[in-house]
Amino acid sequence: MSKQQTVPMIFNQVRDINWPTLNQFLTATALPIVGIVIFLGLWSLMAKNIDTSLGTFPGPGAVWQQTIVLVDEHNTQMEKASKFYDRQEQRNAARLAKDPSYASKIRDFTGAPTFFEQIWTSLYTVMVGFIVASLLAIPIGILCGLSKNAYTAINPLIQLFKPVSPLAWLPLVTMVVSAVYVSSDPMFSKSFITSAVTVALCCLWPTLINTAVGVSSIDKDLINVSKVLRLNGLSHVTKIVLPSSIPAIFTGLRLSLGIGWMVLIAAEMLAQNPGLGKFVWDEFQNGSSESLARIMVAVLTIGVIGFALDRIMLALQRTFSWDKSAVLR
Amino acid sequence: MTNLKLLSSLKRVVKSLRVGVISTVLSGSVIVTGVSAQELGWPEKEELKFGFIKLTDMAPLAVAYEKGYFEEEGLYVTLEAQANWKVLLDRVIDGQLDGAHMLAGQPLGATIGYGTKADIITAFSMDLNGNAITVSNDIWKEMKKHVPHEGGKPVHPISADSLKPVVDDFKSKGKPFKMGMVFPVSTHNYELRYWLAAGGIHPGFYAPHKGDTSGQINADALLSVTPPPQMPSTMEAGTIHGYCVGEPWNQQAVFKGIGVPVVTDYEIWKNNPEKVFGVSKGWAEKYPNTHVRVVKAMIRAAMWLDENNNANRPEAVKILAKSQYVGADYEVIANSMTGTFEYEKGDKRDVPDFNVFFRYNATYPFYSDAIWYLTQMRRWGQISEPKADSWYKDIAKQVYRPDIYAQAAKALIAEGKAKAVDFPEFATETGFKPAQIHFIDNIVYDGSQPNAYLEKFAIGLKNDSKI
Repeated sequence: MSKQQTVPMIFNQVRDINWPTLNQFLTATALPIVGIVIFLGLWSLMAKNIDTSLGTFPGPGAVWQQTIVLVDEHNTQMEKASKFYDRQEQRNAARLAKDPSYASKIRDFTGAPTFFEQIWTSLYTVMVGFIVASLLAIPIGILCGLSKNAYTAINPLIQLFKPVSPLAWLPLVTMVVSAVYVSSDPMFSKSFITSAVTVALCCLWPTLINTAVGVSSIDKDLINVSKVLRLNGLSHVTKIVLPSSIPAIFTGLRLSLGIGWMVLIAAEMLAQNPGLGKFVWDEFQNGSSESLARIMVAVLTIGVIGFALDRIMLALQRTFSWDKSAVLR
Repeated sequence: MTNLKLLSSLKRVVKSLRVGVISTVLSGSVIVTGVSAQELGWPEKEELKFGFIKLTDMAPLAVAYEKGYFEEEGLYVTLEAQANWKVLLDRVIDGQLDGAHMLAGQPLGATIGYGTKADIITAFSMDLNGNAITVSNDIWKEMKKHVPHEGGKPVHPISADSLKPVVDDFKSKGKPFKMGMVFPVSTHNYELRYWLAAGGIHPGFYAPHKGDTSGQINADALLSVTPPPQMPSTMEAGTIHGYCVGEPWNQQAVFKGIGVPVVTDYEIWKNNPEKVFGVSKGWAEKYPNTHVRVVKAMIRAAMWLDENNNANRPEAVKILAKSQYVGADYEVIANSMTGTFEYEKGDKRDVPDFNVFFRYNATYPFYSDAIWYLTQMRRWGQISEPKADSWYKDIAKQVYRPDIYAQAAKALIAEGKAKAVDFPEFATETGFKPAQIHFIDNIVYDGSQPNAYLEKFAIGLKNDSKI
């Protein structure tokens, strides 16, 4: 967190010096590039000198190579999938010819999920968990912000559960999900529900707290306006409370999504749920000479996706926020 | 995933348009599934999920999948690596998995209620041998002094006699000597215990009736559970001084330079039964045709693995090296799968039968194999009460199901995919192998007399002894 904040701070200090515009532009683009180049250089230097029992630590070159391998593997798997569907059609047809009562159907490809499918699973899971958490957290947050009594009642619970690590929740969630979620033809797999619930449990809190703070610190004048106009409860919330606390809510949502993404990877790793975390764990277990490079690909992917998610939330925040002058970073 | 979903829904559309045409075209031609269908019914359940642990002896599953043997039986199988043996067993019991690559002791242990109580059966034995005992470099350095050498190389098999001074030294210094095995009812646990006890090192008793399932009562060497893929890293971290595990995790230690395999289980007990394919009894009763078809596909895979004197092994290694199966490097897996075994770095020896998948009737579920595991459970106290010989036989017959195996084999013979000579004579086979002599301590095992067998061991519970 602190890194994310200090880096823009440095940028701002740099920007504050009154340089010509061209220079300003150059520094804005050149500095990140310089940073990345130095990082890559240091990385490859360090990597060469770290000897693990699985060979030397992968440098940028090895990681790039594995990225290509992963793309190739994905394509090969897709080809296999399409052949699988062809074979299945033929087999179904052959069986229908012998056994007309057979209710044939096309089953999904049975091969192992590729890296890119794992990414998709992770993204999908984190989004579901995040949306569920937000749908719970925002209303409760508004309630806490509006009513001092509600806040006092709920606050101890928030403080109690907020610092709990996802890994502590996980065994409980796993057992509860397998006990409660029983269906002969489930729409979602149990592992998906387990991960999503774990994510939701952990990204409730920042949204809840920020919403509560945002709602409770609405400008007195606005509340007076609402009183003068004699707005009913619902209109008060939709016309006054929500619009004025949008910036705070989004700050909470952004924090929540970031936490959710981190939690998900850990949860997948521990619970063997499909996704990027499982990919990392499987590679670690494999212990092949390429494993470390493949894990590094996953680490970078996780970082890039986390960054992208944050930018998307920032863009949303800019779009929805009424206060266009506020500095958002 | 989206790609796939889209593809499958597209295919569905295309298929509904084309089915009519294809079925008229194909109705005359021969498709493999059709042939057996006259005797053996269609599978009741077509979408199956099987679990496995990342070990080379899961090969029959991977081969049956990759070679299309499952599909030819009309089965759409998903193979999924599991975190550890406990998770795997629990998921078979609660139905998340239809079946799994299991330790031979797991169906037996579950049936007699050691650990989780559940009725698990097996109709297919997956392989013979395939394990080894590895010790860390430091231990090997000490041990080597006591190992007889010939021509500069250690003489194999190495018995635990040479480990005993090392363990005694640990004891005198008050340090615990720790070793890893993969599961309380695993073949590895019993093989490691057998080897240690044969060298006079007490591996410790279990006392489940007193709530003690640590297996370390009176132990000279403390054994504990570590999942197979984590063995090398756990030993590297110094938590354990050695371990007994399946491949490729012994060869991995050689490649990583962190330990030395000292003895293979082939040397402890020649052609010992290793993994089985286990399913829950309820599942087997609900889907009998499916079960037979699964066994058929796996017999074919096992035959392929041993065909022409292991000619297909390099291809099998390529399959296993894929990250979704075992995922270790080709060279590491090939080291043991292609008929050799590397002990100390550079000391590579021929062990053509290190992994046996089909020959010597490896896939047939012998009652005597089941009884051997039960005798070891009794020997180490996992079975706390003495049992009659008949009890051993009854449990073996409950769990091991050669009848289902015979159905599958006969179907394959009828289809011309296998020859009758490759199987035991089903009409006369009793399920008991003749007395077996090839143990490291030269003790003879006769499966029909389990209690008499237990009497022969110097270390271990027998008849009415109790802890």
